[in-house]
Amino acid sequence: MQLTDHEKAMLDGRDGPAMQKAMDLLVRYGEALGAERLVETNNVCATITATTPFQRDLALKGGGMDAVFSEFSLDSREVVQIPKFKTFTSHLQLGFDPNQPEKFGLSEEIVQFYNKAEKHTAKLGAQIMNTCTPYQVGNIPTRGEHCAWMESSAVVYCNSVLGARTNTEGRESCGAAMLTGRIPDWGYHRDEPRRATHVIELDIEVESVQDWGLLGYFMGDLVQERVPVVHSRNGIRKIPNLPRLKHFGAAASSSGGVEMYHIAGITPEALTLEQALGGNKPVETFRYGESERRATYEKINATGKDAEIQYVMLGCPHYTIEQIWEAAQLIEGRKVHENCELWIFTPRAIKSLADRNGYTEIIEKAGGIIMSDSCSAMSRAVPKGTKTVALDSAKQAHYLPAILGVDAWFGTTAQCIDAACTGRWNGGYQ
Amino acid sequence: MSETVALQPAQAAGVITIRGRKVVPGVAEGEALVTKDRISGWGGIDSRTGTVIETRHELRGQSFAGKVLVFPGAKGSSGWSAAFHMARLSGAAPAAFLFNEMTTKMALGAVVTHAPSMTDFDRDPMTVIETGDWVRVDADRGVVEITKKKDRRPA
Repeated sequence: MQLTDHEKAMLDGRDGPAMQKAMDLLVRYGEALGAERLVETNNVCATITATTPFQRDLALKGGGMDAVFSEFSLDSREVVQIPKFKTFTSHLQLGFDPNQPEKFGLSEEIVQFYNKAEKHTAKLGAQIMNTCTPYQVGNIPTRGEHCAWMESSAVVYCNSVLGARTNTEGRESCGAAMLTGRIPDWGYHRDEPRRATHVIELDIEVESVQDWGLLGYFMGDLVQERVPVVHSRNGIRKIPNLPRLKHFGAAASSSGGVEMYHIAGITPEALTLEQALGGNKPVETFRYGESERRATYEKINATGKDAEIQYVMLGCPHYTIEQIWEAAQLIEGRKVHENCELWIFTPRAIKSLADRNGYTEIIEKAGGIIMSDSCSAMSRAVPKGTKTVALDSAKQAHYLPAILGVDAWFGTTAQCIDAACTGRWNGGYQ
Repeated sequence: MSETVALQPAQAAGVITIRGRKVVPGVAEGEALVTKDRISGWGGIDSRTGTVIETRHELRGQSFAGKVLVFPGAKGSSGWSAAFHMARLSGAAPAAFLFNEMTTKMALGAVVTHAPSMTDFDRDPMTVIETGDWVRVDADRGVVEITKKKDRRPA
């Protein structure tokens, strides 16, 4: 790999052992990829803090948080002292909400240790956003900006909707990037891999949040990790907003590994179908009509059997304030059923807005809870005795049955709120 | 599988050689574990034992600890590298990775697992290698030597 003089100096130890370890990892990783150089980045989204018992024990054995960062964020067995981060760094979601320890079965010891770790991480320069949707709370990269992000639903949003450039990074490559401001120049940092390879031709209108989730799940299943472009001969009449595209990308990166897509006429690198393809001849064109929509719905609902439900989870990816507003309107004056719980996940910054707007009070009065920092798939936490859940997220419906062995119904937000208030799934194909 | 435990690699006779590109340096050998399914890291493996846990995966319930893992590549969450990193710390990592599809998940995962790894082969390892074959991976020289299960002799 070709390194600049500055990069070589970091690799040679000029800027201290942590920088040396970070550059060493980036060179090993870049050479593994076959990358020719590194690219500058000032935007990293990653998991950094210590939340597992293994990490806590490593910190307590000596070396503290530096030992955790050295091993888990730099792949260095040797404990090096971690300097302040060079890049703008956003912290992603965790395995729990530290403000609701009892819901996650957390011991006081783990919460205390986490709170210490969080303070330390913030001091190094991380923004404690603790969300899978950093683009909702202050991190909106510019088109063309080189980023180093983890979290598949955020990566696909960053590349496709914002036109910024990131691969799906991991904890270690992000750790090295936040110290050095470098990441391998490979994959979606370059022009050619961003061009569409497959076409999804719409035969029906795609409008609601649920519609976009269904289309995303269908698309990811077919193209896996390739780059699709969605096209409608009539043009897409209702322009999808943030909750729609958030659901769409998350679904496509769950059923497949989509990290970049285009929607002709809407997303920034696809003013037209031709621009999205950039000279590529499509490998394949798939049609999406009523029968495909129906089959996708049945697939996501494959585990749904029992109409009696014990849990409704909303907020995958983390809810927007618009979605909390909608949930509050739907539930106002109603009560969550005694055999059921309603948990809604959102970034803590948006929860404070919901508090201020009075939505939290409406939802809590009805018996629901707004939580932050995590979700049920990340935390593996659901209310005790949960056998069947109701969800408005195709991604969560994909993961929860696999991770927790529960059955899942997938429907609209209104169907989910209704299920929470009746304890029964009365949804159905819409 | 248990019958093969007592077997040792055969001599040079009957050894098949394929060539590829080094991803992570080093030399390792072990019994092959081959799957046509891509592997998920976070939510797809138990890092403590190296066992594949994904529902509907053809290796579900089997451990890759100490094996030469031959598979198409990585899929799923960006926690791929962290899951294999943890498998290494638990002593449950594969001895080597041989794969066809290069992605950032796969590259970083292989790097932090510290397991000799190769890709870009002159012959598809998925068709040449079967579970139970003895495989020697010399990533530094870009060479994989395969002794078929039937040619492995009892010690």
